[in-house]
Amino acid sequence: MHPIPGVEGFMYPNEMELAWSILIVLYPFLTGLVAGAFILASLQRVFKVEAVKPTYRLALLTALAFLLVAPLPLQLHLGHPERSFEMFLTPHRTSAMAMFGFVYLWYLLAVLVIEIWLEFRPFIVEQACRATGALRLFYRALTLGSYNVSPRSLEIDDKVGRFITVVGIPSAFLLHGYVGFIFGSVKANPWWSTPLMPIVFLFSAIVSGIAAVLLLYLLYCLSHGIEIDMPCLDTMAKYLYYAFLVDFSLEMLDLIHRIYESDESFRSLDFMVKTRLYGSQVIVQIILGTLTPLAILGLTQLVTLSVRARKGLYTAAAMLTMVGIFAMRWNVVIGGQLFSKSFLGYTTYKMGFATREGLLPALIVMALPFVILWALVRLFPPMESAASAADRAERS
Amino acid sequence: MTLDRRQFLSATGKYLLLTGAAAQAWAYVEQGRPEEAPGYDMNRHWWAMFIDIEKCIGCGRCVDACKVENDVPPEAHFSRTWVERYYIPPPDPIDPKKELLPIVDSPDGGRYGFPEIYPPSGGGKSFFVPKMCNHCAHSPCVQVCPVGATFEGPDGVVLVDKKYCIGCRYCVQACPYGCRFIDPRTNTVDKCTLCYHRITKGLTTACCEVCPTAARQLGDLRNPDDPIHELLRTHKVQVLKPNLATGAKAYYNGLDAAVR
Amino acid sequence: MRRLLKDAEHLVRLAILFAAGVLAFLIVRALLVPPGFGEYGHFRTGAMADNQKRPLGYAGRAACTECHGEEAALFAKGSHARIGCESCHGALAAHVADSDKVVPAKLEVVALCSRCHAENQARPKKQPQVDIEKHSEGNACTECHDAHSPAQ
Repeated sequence: MHPIPGVEGFMYPNEMELAWSILIVLYPFLTGLVAGAFILASLQRVFKVEAVKPTYRLALLTALAFLLVAPLPLQLHLGHPERSFEMFLTPHRTSAMAMFGFVYLWYLLAVLVIEIWLEFRPFIVEQACRATGALRLFYRALTLGSYNVSPRSLEIDDKVGRFITVVGIPSAFLLHGYVGFIFGSVKANPWWSTPLMPIVFLFSAIVSGIAAVLLLYLLYCLSHGIEIDMPCLDTMAKYLYYAFLVDFSLEMLDLIHRIYESDESFRSLDFMVKTRLYGSQVIVQIILGTLTPLAILGLTQLVTLSVRARKGLYTAAAMLTMVGIFAMRWNVVIGGQLFSKSFLGYTTYKMGFATREGLLPALIVMALPFVILWALVRLFPPMESAASAADRAERS
Repeated sequence: MTLDRRQFLSATGKYLLLTGAAAQAWAYVEQGRPEEAPGYDMNRHWWAMFIDIEKCIGCGRCVDACKVENDVPPEAHFSRTWVERYYIPPPDPIDPKKELLPIVDSPDGGRYGFPEIYPPSGGGKSFFVPKMCNHCAHSPCVQVCPVGATFEGPDGVVLVDKKYCIGCRYCVQACPYGCRFIDPRTNTVDKCTLCYHRITKGLTTACCEVCPTAARQLGDLRNPDDPIHELLRTHKVQVLKPNLATGAKAYYNGLDAAVR
Repeated sequence: MRRLLKDAEHLVRLAILFAAGVLAFLIVRALLVPPGFGEYGHFRTGAMADNQKRPLGYAGRAACTECHGEEAALFAKGSHARIGCESCHGALAAHVADSDKVVPAKLEVVALCSRCHAENQARPKKQPQVDIEKHSEGNACTECHDAHSPAQ
């Protein structure tokens, strides 16, 4: 009946092409990593989980790198990105999306940048005196003209930093939670409309953030010849496991609830999951991306394994986790658009490659935070490498 | 088709009303330039649409007229309005519990009619359902626009500000009726404007203008003499997806339970 | 107090920087918010006028009657009486504006009549409909029916 390729059954004419693309899948993935990395950092700063202290600075820088890239997929997606500042001029109070500009700026400037700045201030002051050329100017600008690193000023910094982290936790929740609300509050779409959505988004964000920092920590230590702190790694894996259990339970609760209530939309959604979404939801998200890492992490929690085994298993689990959480975002955003609001048809997502919203820009957007992070860790070293420790000993 | 006295009177009344207003609006058309309608007071109107399923013959003139009048991109997936054909199969004598899903189609939005005919079958029923923007009084699309580029004016028409829209497509996702789309030429959202440029000049919408059976009728709920009041009073009307409480103002007579 | 300020001077400078930023934002915002925004709701008032600015495509029944009174009178008696002229003849506001330059297109009779009168299971029963091929035997509909007053 339909000569349009990819459409099965009946879709309203305007539904046949998807309005939100892979870029909109990337945005919650990126802000989720920001929130998750920040929560990991706050574990030590606020909740005194000292074991993860070695990752504190790295987690903050990771959050910053991803946060800087986060608006990019949105700008690429907008029909008129040059008008996006209108969200600052006339934000519509009834729209969850309208708070993006303010929440983003607040989190970036009032939380993350200040916290990083306070954390690195002694280093900045030191570099402002020692560095040369353009770098010297850069560090000098960051000092804001103040070279006071007396114990008293550092004490004040610590107190203020702690306060900012405390404020930062709900801010991080808001930064990513509102994205969940953007989907969860759309009554027109039964795949999205659930009060659980912001919470599921948040917990999967925490999971992805911890997994990301775990992998980056391993990578950084390996590349800078720093010995990996196993208690730190073990603790991160433990928190990853617990957060993942909660996240998985919430997602299963949503699923069981749907199957049980079996309202009008269920037939349509069930069919979609069994056909168009089977690969990305059942295989990638659930089996590969959730159950497998949970099993691996569960194993490491139950059985005592060697350091090498643990490193390998944590790496595998963290990588699968990242894939699984990305798949979750994909299944929510793309999945929600694959079925018709008439519950009588399905369409397919045709992703271009070198188009504005295609795979190529998506890959670039995904790679960019790592490039930025590479630059950030050179400007603000999160950990002392063996070489720099020796260097410092030599100087003093 | 014979006209009874009531229909004749109402038809004549409508013509007289239209002629008076149209004559004034005509000055603008004859000048050849589109102008704002200075005689229009937006606080004196509350626009709605009455759609009679029992009269729709699926000719698709409305879809075509809309595309012509409003310069809508010709492809099927850019539709300000469209007509759906529902076919509801007869109950299964072997398995009465089986869910009877309607078979729905809308070739090119119904713009060129429905050339393909179902084989005649016993027991099933089929009919046409014109669809369009419902100009909801509590519109979810207006609610989610982050910048205020879509809105419901004081006269009840939900419009898009094409100079302000940033093209985020949140409203497209939020509309339960699927009536919004992105115009690829302006990269902003587009949708039925209830022919705002016509109704503010005393004319009727393009779709109502060409409907041969008066299946679509524009109504002004603030006008006590408007025929829509009588229509709403004498017919059993429904709106689409009432459980979502959108305050939809496209009132359907003869809407079958199977229609989504 | 002075000691405190000395040790916290970087924070004071930061606070000043922030305040300056907020002020700059407020100024820019005041300049850039479009005029007429928010008068009737959260939108730019001018958008309503923008939506009114569109050239008319369809002239409307009343406009046709002004020149084509005879046809209109005949039309009003037949069963097609309530159908707008442009429903069949297409959008003709341009023709009304300049009758000599813009001439209505010649109509494809069979295709046009079939649109409404071809037999279709989904049509209401009271709609006159026939199997066009069998009924017309290859002739154009207008050979037997007057489109402006078909019953006669």
